[in-house]
Amino acid sequence: MDERPDSAGSSQETSQSAPTSQSPDTGQPGCQAPWPSGRRRSDRWLGRGWEFDWQGSARTGPQPRRAGVWPRDGGPLRRQQEDRLAGGVATGISLRTGIGVNAVRTAFVITSLISGFGAAVYVLAWLFVPADGESGNIASRAQADRRGIGLAAAAASALALVLLIAALLHVGWIGSLSWPPVIALAGLVLIWRNASPAEQAVLRRLSEPLLGDTSAGQPSRRGLRITIAAVLIIAGLVILLSEHLNRLDLRPLAGVALMFAAIVVLLGPWWLRIARDLMAERQARIRAEERAEMASRVHDSVLQTLALIQRRADDPQQVVSLARAQERELRSWLFDGRAPGSLDGLATTLAGGVRLIQQDVEAQHGIVVEAISVGDCELDADLSALLAAAREATVNAAKWSGASAVTLFAEVEPDAVSVFVRDRGRGFDPDAVPEDRKGLAESVHARMARRGGSATVRSAPGKGTEVALTMPRTAGQREPSPAT
Amino acid sequence: MSAQAAGRRPRVFIVDDHGLFRSGVRSELGDQVEVVGEADDVQPAITGIARCEPDVVLLDVHLPGGGGQDVVSEITKSHPQVRFLALSASDAPEDVIAVIRAGARGYVTKTISGAELVGAIRRVAAGDAVFSPRLAGFVLDAFASAQPDQRLRPAFDTELDQLTPRERDVLRLIARGYTYKEIGRELFISAKTVESHVSSVLRKLQLSTRHQLTRWAAERRLN
Repeated sequence: MDERPDSAGSSQETSQSAPTSQSPDTGQPGCQAPWPSGRRRSDRWLGRGWEFDWQGSARTGPQPRRAGVWPRDGGPLRRQQEDRLAGGVATGISLRTGIGVNAVRTAFVITSLISGFGAAVYVLAWLFVPADGESGNIASRAQADRRGIGLAAAAASALALVLLIAALLHVGWIGSLSWPPVIALAGLVLIWRNASPAEQAVLRRLSEPLLGDTSAGQPSRRGLRITIAAVLIIAGLVILLSEHLNRLDLRPLAGVALMFAAIVVLLGPWWLRIARDLMAERQARIRAEERAEMASRVHDSVLQTLALIQRRADDPQQVVSLARAQERELRSWLFDGRAPGSLDGLATTLAGGVRLIQQDVEAQHGIVVEAISVGDCELDADLSALLAAAREATVNAAKWSGASAVTLFAEVEPDAVSVFVRDRGRGFDPDAVPEDRKGLAESVHARMARRGGSATVRSAPGKGTEVALTMPRTAGQREPSPAT
Repeated sequence: MSAQAAGRRPRVFIVDDHGLFRSGVRSELGDQVEVVGEADDVQPAITGIARCEPDVVLLDVHLPGGGGQDVVSEITKSHPQVRFLALSASDAPEDVIAVIRAGARGYVTKTISGAELVGAIRRVAAGDAVFSPRLAGFVLDAFASAQPDQRLRPAFDTELDQLTPRERDVLRLIARGYTYKEIGRELFISAKTVESHVSSVLRKLQLSTRHQLTRWAAERRLN
């Protein structure tokens, strides 16, 4: 993974994310896509001097000959990560058999529409066929996920119930669907909970229009869902009223309602418990994340200041001013909600944030920060996290490197924002850092990873340190650079 | 580094409106260079440089009587062999770009250490370009908007108006604080090749007609 063989002897890299393949044209690393330009590039691929893939999975898929057809190979059936629409099953089959990927997809869609069979087969394949580059399939991971199995059973039983009622009511074509959709739903639930993070991202993207994004700014989708639901209810009422004008005919309906009530009484508590468990699990996860966030905040502020005070114990003036500044910051965090080290309200753009880091670190640590930013964009939560990590890396350099200057370079590119923090100080051996040293591990690596970014540290004793941070930009923020 | 620069001490002229700074630079440079004169404003600088004919002029970007670029353009007309190294505490990219476009061969910030400054003076004296991390950032920024897409690029954008991917790589590494030697190692090229990339960027910076660069320069030109 070290792309500088001549320096490999002395410098080492630790990395949250394994940098993966480099563009084959080594003359211009990262400047050209290694595959034909007509192909959809996965968002996870951020090109530059080297390419990060924060999932840590290496891209090993074969190169496509031309769009839509994958060269046939004799390997085992694997779901492909590249050029996938959902699980990569169709692409995998196409690769294995040599049939065009669009033909395979069409076959799946048609069989799904006719009997639901295609959907069930697809989901089962998704579950049981390992993804390319992964050793185990999702089903093996799902075995350990008790709650997921429970949830799958609950969802499947609920759907089965709905289908049963529909069949009893002879509601047209819905009644003709039987077990395949139930299997497909249960499978999807298991996949949802046990797929690798990359696949979960794909699922999220697919399900976005269905479930709606609960975050703000999606009123149109909610409106769409409400409209669809209203149309369905009205249609159902119209069918009921028009087909069963004779009241006697509604009697079977009463039977169905009784049955439905019985099943709800039987299974209801179980469904409720599963829903509660899910909620509890979700809350626990949120709490853990908050704790981690809080820990890194405290580390960045209070612990930092305490360390500074210890180092400057012989200068009462300094100690007092440090303590005052910390007190002010802590108060504004506890009572005004402005997190320490955050740039809320102080900077709204990336370049502004970089300048702020420069000013703060220069003032607090008496070190020259050469801050350079290329391009600019609005700050969002991801980029604020990037800046917080950059700040921490800069403070780290100011405190430990012994260098008199730090270079802080930020560059905004269409699909990613990168920050490099470089010093020419004493450096360290990244492999020898103990686990409990919070600075790099929690504040930088974890902070970046939580937001889908990556952090790489290059350092060696006596050679200085460079921290490279990269945060992908989400689709919404991307705007074409203004042509001049 | 050329034989000329290695053979004898470069003759240096300092232009800065702060006397304290001038004497500070003088003592930092020590006997590594020969300081042949100094001036504190545009007019004294023009007459002084014309008289002394130094190898390198250390030029403050901001002067009371106008921008440093006036000195550069005036001297370059009569004494094209005199080379300029811009020196400034200023953050404004347009000032720096204007001086470079007027003909300065490099730009360093005033926070530079004495040893680094001597190195930069030698390099300019030898005819090479000197890019500080900050200048590299400015240049990347100025040219960045020309890079969106091969197909969208207007036809009149000549080769001068855009950086090659390699030049951008080199500039990025300079901006990240790498030395030429380290950049060479990183990109598997010699330090000499790095130098030629930087010189080529400097040439583009000075000759490009991209209107953003032209506008920057024009806005700052005080006539």
